[in-house]
Amino acid sequence: MKRLDTDVVIIGGGSTGLGVVRDAAMRGYRAVLVERVDLGQGTTGRFHGLLHSGGRYVVSDPGSATECAEENAILRRIQAGAVEDTGGFFVTLADDDPAYADKFLAGAAATGVPATEISVKEALRREPRLDPRIKRVIEVADGSVDGWQLVWGAARSAMAHGAQVLTYHRVTKIERDGERVAAVICRDEKGGEDVRIDCTFVLNCAGPWAGQISSMAGAREVAVVPGRGIMIAMNHRLVNTVINRCVYPTDGDILVPVHTVSIIGTTDIHETDPDHLPIPHAEVQQMLDAGEAMIPGFRKSRALHAWAGSRPLIKDSRVSVDDTRHMSRGMAVIDHSQTDGLAGMLTIGGGKLTTYRLMAEHIVDAMNRQLGEERPCTTADEEVPGSEDRRLYTVTHRLHDREADRLDDQIICECELMNRQMFVSLLNEQPDATLDDLRRQLRLGMGPCQGGFCAARAAGIACSEQAIDAERASGLLRLFLKHRWIGIWPILYGQQVRQTALDHWIFNGTLDVEHLPQPEEEIVR
Amino acid sequence: MSKRQDERAKELRERLNNELQRMSLDMCVKCTICETSCPVAPVTPLFSGPKFVGPQAERFRDGESVDHSVDYCSSCGTCSVVCPQGVHVAELNSLARAVMKAEQGVPVRDQLITQTVLMGKAMTPVAPIANAVLDNKLARIAMEKIVGVHRDAPMPTARTQSLHSWLKKRPARTKPATRGSVVYFHGCAGGYFEVDAAKKAIEVLEHIGYDVIVPEQGCCGLAEQSNGLFEKASASVRKLDEQLRSAGTDLPIVSTAGSCTGMLKHEAHEILGIHDPELLDVGTRIREISEFLMELYEADELPTDFRPINMRLPYHAPCQVKSQGMGTPAYDLLRLIPGLEVIDSNVTCCGIAGTYGLKKEKYEIAQAVGKPLFDMIKDTNEGLAACDTETCRWQIEKSSGVTTVHPIVLIHQAYGLGDGE
Repeated sequence: MKRLDTDVVIIGGGSTGLGVVRDAAMRGYRAVLVERVDLGQGTTGRFHGLLHSGGRYVVSDPGSATECAEENAILRRIQAGAVEDTGGFFVTLADDDPAYADKFLAGAAATGVPATEISVKEALRREPRLDPRIKRVIEVADGSVDGWQLVWGAARSAMAHGAQVLTYHRVTKIERDGERVAAVICRDEKGGEDVRIDCTFVLNCAGPWAGQISSMAGAREVAVVPGRGIMIAMNHRLVNTVINRCVYPTDGDILVPVHTVSIIGTTDIHETDPDHLPIPHAEVQQMLDAGEAMIPGFRKSRALHAWAGSRPLIKDSRVSVDDTRHMSRGMAVIDHSQTDGLAGMLTIGGGKLTTYRLMAEHIVDAMNRQLGEERPCTTADEEVPGSEDRRLYTVTHRLHDREADRLDDQIICECELMNRQMFVSLLNEQPDATLDDLRRQLRLGMGPCQGGFCAARAAGIACSEQAIDAERASGLLRLFLKHRWIGIWPILYGQQVRQTALDHWIFNGTLDVEHLPQPEEEIVR
Repeated sequence: MSKRQDERAKELRERLNNELQRMSLDMCVKCTICETSCPVAPVTPLFSGPKFVGPQAERFRDGESVDHSVDYCSSCGTCSVVCPQGVHVAELNSLARAVMKAEQGVPVRDQLITQTVLMGKAMTPVAPIANAVLDNKLARIAMEKIVGVHRDAPMPTARTQSLHSWLKKRPARTKPATRGSVVYFHGCAGGYFEVDAAKKAIEVLEHIGYDVIVPEQGCCGLAEQSNGLFEKASASVRKLDEQLRSAGTDLPIVSTAGSCTGMLKHEAHEILGIHDPELLDVGTRIREISEFLMELYEADELPTDFRPINMRLPYHAPCQVKSQGMGTPAYDLLRLIPGLEVIDSNVTCCGIAGTYGLKKEKYEIAQAVGKPLFDMIKDTNEGLAACDTETCRWQIEKSSGVTTVHPIVLIHQAYGLGDGE
């Protein structure tokens, strides 16, 4: 068994975990993060891409509203490359109560969330596809954020401060030395060996899986209620501004322009197993109706992909378990020395992506207290690698970059304008990566063709770069297509059906992908 | 960027975002049929192809134009014609280019070469001098250096008499009209440079029994539009609508200006976003002249007492005529002439695309686009070729050395109407 030794092990490679490993490393702790699959593959990668202005919570959850407003401003400074300044509107639709906007403005003033009412005419000029019957519009500082860019930025920052980030390391056991945490045992899924990480502290950042982790340490299982939400990406940006319904937070009330798509979200249903999140037809219809209410013609636009994510909400005795939407979005830190008599372990839950840095600050502060250390947090002041120039992302970036290098390089993913150089350099950095791992960082196969044209090219290039052999390439290709399909079939209507038919002809009719020579064991990671 | 330019670009961007064209990108399945049919992309790496700059790039556009290579699109419209999914590829490209031009400002050269009426008016009174200047190598080199029009690019030949001065001077008609009236749209070229074809069209229409009304008429704005001058183009086409409607609001409008006809039928509506009822009225009444005659033929109303013309004739259907979705009526019409062996070029585009091939940075591309056509015409001609649009005829004539005429010239001859010049 391979052995590592560190101060703190962070479990979970979502935004919380990456925020924590970066924070701990910047405070001088030796830190190792372990993640059972790839970074940002859980809740972090399965949201609508909204960087909250705080507006959504000004009435329902004022504490969260203020935190969002502050963290929004910080992330624009330290992770500019992951954030787009889209701005946001809170819109009173024809059938919504216009009086809510007054409550909203009062709440915004009280919580320090910048908000200004603008005329309907001005809003329609800027977003002409909005329903012209809208009654009131309040402008806020919403943005959109790429969850994967966010976590990889934090990961690179953490590594630059000496931390280790181990993906595809599944925790199998947490060892105790009496009343203290002593080590975390992981399975290195790709290396095929067990790894023992001796440590003095464990920070459980496993989100919806935090309950499973806490029980591995022999603590009482933390009651996490996975609140499932579905999202649908539409083929292009129907709006360039985040559109929120100006009502008390409900289902299907946000449309977010992220990269080249616009994402409608979301539902909130209590689930038991975060590994099996359905995308029911009824909820797809509900989302399309919600989109149609904001943007007439929405239903006729092309839906591209659907997914479900799971909010890691810590059970709050004040609300019933079935009402996940109104559980606190605020973060909760559970100190197991107080709840279970187990020293050296903290669990964090709740919160939201926008406040991930602040959550990390809180949990590392709590660790400091338990260890009797005084090490101040500096994460709000330093840009992550790649964002030093503080230039915010814009949707035109890739078109701009390809305009400059189009004569010198091949474009592999045409829909998302990913060129060969981008693919090959990441592949060289992460030679064990699956096509999905690369996709999350490069947007390979995330555009209209959903991998129909680029996936085979990518697999072929991985082969010709000698990163993998032909059999593994075929296996990875099949795995990639299988994963794409999960998000395609729930929205298989309209324009996307024709694309899917063409993709099917290419893969099954021309490439016969089901019968390619492949490894004896199906590749699963 | 000046404040005025900035405002204009902003307005255009907002409109672009709201136009149906942008919605049509949802139809794209990335099949690449447009890229394989594009005449420009295969001859130069500078143009990334219609799918790339159209439905693909459009998903990345918001605000400032960053992909200036969209300007290498020649606006031939072939992509929209061949798209089996209904994506308005060429329209998307035109709008993106217009935003870019609004931001950057339009070069003086592009503002000059779009002023076709002005050119006609200026050159006609001094035709011999104008022609001598345009034939003078040194003058052309100077023009390339100062203005940016390529020294070898085809130029129209100035005529000593405009169509309207011929109309004023011609003797009154003796044979009475038997079929009622039509409005004749000759376009700027027909008015000043291609006067012969225009006269012959009038004579053919009169010969088969129509009273031909030729109202004063200006430019349709197509050249302005394809150079991204949307405001000017809109003003031009609106004025033309008025002029054509002044001759009667329920008469057929017949045209020998092939590409201008397309402007009135669909481009002004789909690209400039003009939805005026006046434009829709003109757009539904206008017929390209071969289309008009073939409609008569199909109704058994076209006299077909054509005299034989015994020759082989290469015919090229221009891209902007094909994009009108009416098949190739000129090809069908010419084949009614006994003895005439008409050979369809089956080439997508001659390269000129209005003013594209005049520009010094695009001249070589336009020549490469047209090369298969020039070769085909050189190989098959017996002294004459035919094509429906003016600038294409100038391009073909200049690059193949073969005299190229409007199809109506052959119909005129076959009806035995003599030589108009």
